[in-house]
Amino acid sequence: MTDILNALTLLANFLIIPGLTYGSQLALGALGVTLVYGVLRFSNFAQGETMAFGAMITILVTWGLQSIGVSIKPLPTALIAIPIGITVTAILTLAIDKVVYRYHRERRANPVIFLIVSIGVMFFMGGLIRFIIGPGDQIFFDGTRFILKAQEFKEMTGLNEGLSLKMTQAVTIAIALIIVTAMFWFLNHTRTGKSMRAYSDNEDLALLSGIDPDRVVMVTWIIVAALATVGGTLYGLDKSFKPFVYMQLLLPIFASAIVGGVGNPVGAIAGGYVIAFSELILTFAYKKVLLYLGPDNLELDSLIQFLGTDYKIAVSFIILVIVLVIKPTGLFSGKTI
Amino acid sequence: MSFLLGEHMTGGYGATDILHDCSIGVEKGEIAVIVGPNGAGKSTAMKAVFGMLPLRQGRILFNDQDITHLKPEERVLRGMGFVPQNQNVFTSMTVEENLEMGAFIRTEPIADSIAQVYDLFPILKDKRRQPAGELSGGQRQQVAVGRALMTHPQVLILDEPTAGVSPIVMDELFDRIIEIARLRVAILMVEQNAKQALEIADKGYVLVQGHNRFTDSGEALLANPEVRRAFLGG
Amino acid sequence: MAAFYHQYRNQILFSVMAGLLLAVAVIQGLSVSLTILNLCLISAIMSLGVNIQWGYAGLFNVGVMGFAALGGLAGVLISMPPVSEAWQAGGLGIVLGLIITTGTIAASLYTWSRVKYSKRQRYWAIAGIVILGYALLRVFFDPSVTAIEAINPSVTGYLGGLGLPILIAWPVGALFAAGVAFVIGKIALGLRSDYLAIATLGISEIIIFCIKNEEWLTRGVKNVNGLPRPVPYEIELQQAQWFQEWALDFGMPVDDASAIFVKICYALLFIVVIAVLLWLSETALKSPWGRMMRAIRDNETAAAAMGKDVTWQHLRVFTLGSAVIGLAGAMLTTLDGQFTPVGYNPLRFTFLIWVMVIIGGSGNNWGAVIGGFFIWFFWIEAEPIGLWLIETLTSGMARESAVRAHLLEGAAHMRLMTVGIILLVALRYAPEGLIPEKKRQ
Ligand SMILES: Nc1ncnc2c1ncn2[C@@H]1O[C@H](COP(=O)(O)OP(=O)(O)OP(=O)(O)O)[C@@H](O)[C@H]1O
Ligand SMILES: [Mg+2]
Repeated sequence: MTDILNALTLLANFLIIPGLTYGSQLALGALGVTLVYGVLRFSNFAQGETMAFGAMITILVTWGLQSIGVSIKPLPTALIAIPIGITVTAILTLAIDKVVYRYHRERRANPVIFLIVSIGVMFFMGGLIRFIIGPGDQIFFDGTRFILKAQEFKEMTGLNEGLSLKMTQAVTIAIALIIVTAMFWFLNHTRTGKSMRAYSDNEDLALLSGIDPDRVVMVTWIIVAALATVGGTLYGLDKSFKPFVYMQLLLPIFASAIVGGVGNPVGAIAGGYVIAFSELILTFAYKKVLLYLGPDNLELDSLIQFLGTDYKIAVSFIILVIVLVIKPTGLFSGKTI
Repeated sequence: MSFLLGEHMTGGYGATDILHDCSIGVEKGEIAVIVGPNGAGKSTAMKAVFGMLPLRQGRILFNDQDITHLKPEERVLRGMGFVPQNQNVFTSMTVEENLEMGAFIRTEPIADSIAQVYDLFPILKDKRRQPAGELSGGQRQQVAVGRALMTHPQVLILDEPTAGVSPIVMDELFDRIIEIARLRVAILMVEQNAKQALEIADKGYVLVQGHNRFTDSGEALLANPEVRRAFLGG
Repeated sequence: MAAFYHQYRNQILFSVMAGLLLAVAVIQGLSVSLTILNLCLISAIMSLGVNIQWGYAGLFNVGVMGFAALGGLAGVLISMPPVSEAWQAGGLGIVLGLIITTGTIAASLYTWSRVKYSKRQRYWAIAGIVILGYALLRVFFDPSVTAIEAINPSVTGYLGGLGLPILIAWPVGALFAAGVAFVIGKIALGLRSDYLAIATLGISEIIIFCIKNEEWLTRGVKNVNGLPRPVPYEIELQQAQWFQEWALDFGMPVDDASAIFVKICYALLFIVVIAVLLWLSETALKSPWGRMMRAIRDNETAAAAMGKDVTWQHLRVFTLGSAVIGLAGAMLTTLDGQFTPVGYNPLRFTFLIWVMVIIGGSGNNWGAVIGGFFIWFFWIEAEPIGLWLIETLTSGMARESAVRAHLLEGAAHMRLMTVGIILLVALRYAPEGLIPEKKRQ
């Protein structure tokens, strides 16, 4: 019995909690991709950099707040800096839309052109970020590190294995939940949200209904900025902030969006968790779990791991390929938001 | 001068013109019906009237004002409504949401208007929570017309509202359209069911290859042997 | 003036380029200029490859880096001497592993094509085969890999290559890239256009990742140095009687002369390749096939309606373009004389090439070539110019001023931003490029 509990604790500690955390971060990113795809109809390669930019602004504000002694311990100070991060990021995305995307939109350019344009934007933002904050690692987490320490858990339960819950993990999951709920409420119950769905569903008919496309586009960018800033900041709090890493997030984020069905918000969220859990499940070393569950004399000389931890990045790609081969429209057959 | 008038419209989607000096007009409270063979440019003419097609020549007058250069959204604001031939509902949204979107430009409460549409098309009331994409063709057409009515337009342009609809529903739809016209709404309608449509029409247009071929009252067109032979199947 | 420019545009642009290279030769030395020229030539070839995909067919490949790296890998696998101890230690396991992998793939494909009656059964069967194959692979593969990597890790620690002349690696590199491109294209082409972009982005990152991690094959981040050359070594030249006399005639120190001679040899080799490629590309572009490709690019639906198998044509072009990129990748490794996996980054190897094609003129082979030249030139020369600019602009500030330090430090990231801005500006104001596609009816 204790063996089973120990095994479960192991799984919870190394698979479930990290999976939920990482999945939430991916889901926020994928939601941004899906919104842009649904409303503006292109794949936004600048999503990773938008997340990095939002996180960077939040970090700068956090440092400012920390230096004047503001703190909301046990929560990280960054949480109160996020609104400013969102505002600045929204201003940037809107400015970029006005200067860059709008021209191509008015000419109804091919989606591939938009894609290339978004890559240009990605470089611009990447350079800007590195210019402002540098390419290095930035630490901005403060507050209490653990909500539940492994040691405490062991003492509490008397199990061999510890279960720990980091503040950043709890915060990530909670905030993602709030944001996602708020977003669905917005899309399904407000006039503006519905007009976004209508525009995404049928652009011409939306125009015929008097929906102002400029407004829809503007709202979309603001929401994308908000999602990106929150996602980017949570990722930075949980792991660490490094501009380079956000570019690497692009693949899992797109994989999440496509797995779920591009353009479908429910799909984006599901996709985020699918990718996150697949990564962890395939790179998790099952040796200890099996030792607990197997017969007492079981001996294992390998880690029992499907893929080396280094190959995490390949997982999202493999899943992407499987989805493209089997069901290119994704699990939730998306197209509209 | 008609209430809504497209005058000498000439233009097309690309280099070649589809419409050639085509004129179409309708009065308040009147039903004008446009018939013609497939590909005659009927839908194109409707799009031109609604500003969804660049015109090389001609102009659009509405309520004594030149609206040739207004965007479709702006025409909606002025009191025009359009039900396109294809993709005329938001398939991923519920029936009620479709109606709400129809009323998007209105700031006052819309519950009354929704109730009116439900009175007009009772079946929609039962299906209000269902995505429009899951309705039958005829029900969809009702949603499409209902959506356009939500703005209380002064002129309603319908492109084949009865496409894919059974004869009974078609008669019903025509009855509804007559009801709408009685509310002093100008109705401009493209129809494949030419005979029935011309019967309820105050004015009829026969378009062929982008030209006005015949223009007369509905009755007169129905009586015209040439029109009967060529376009009404005897 | 404008008319004159239009008539002689190509000649003018290439003369300007030659002038720039000459200027560098005068200011920074002939050797620097030749180094730039060689890389310009390779860039131009990559850019030709991307142009085949984008310009001819409108296919967006975000994985140029990966295909170039595959070409580079071919350089190692073909030209390096085999490490016999490593082969003895783990060769058998590796070969077995290869057989198992091939077997698994073959079995999966067979099942895929045979089990038609039930989709679900098909998926489960294939999943079973793959898992079994993978488990087997790990059993044989893992110990061999450990054994190979343990052999003299500071010098070898990998299997080595075939010990053949490196020129053979060029077509082989093209073949490698083409193979991977075929598989990726098979999966992603025929779906929405951005799926290809995402799939190629993914595969290129994974290729680089594998190359960095699979040390038994590539030595990973330890690099492979000392690849054999297709041209003479400087040392040999310096010792050769005829060369010493030659250098004397030119009035150049033998050291410098040998370095320059080697670079010229490379340049000649590259020019031959580029000339052949250009000739082939131009012929292809003018052929009925080229016309059909453009028709497909400009109106896929219409072309499909006319009975053209769009996906199949796309797959061919995509594979072909990737092969050219692979070839260029192999040439680059040859020129470098070493294979450095960490050197592959998407900015330099994917997006810079894109900028070359777009600035040069998508759809025009000469445009791709001139784009490759210009952009590489500025990529290299931008840094000294930018640094010099910042130095001059901030020279009024105090030496240890924080602003100045930040600016100087940030100068490196300016490149990233500049590439982005150039791309955006070009797409908006000059989408046709320097040498626009010839409009043929
Ligand atoms: N979006 C478009 N782009 C280019 N050409 C178009 C487009 N829509 C229609 N056409 C062309 O314009 C011509 C007229 O089409 P239109 O749709 O106006 O015909 P219609 O009279 O409405 O026919 P139907 O009775 O079949 O609806 C046709 O030849 C058609 O091919
Ligand atoms: Mg029509």
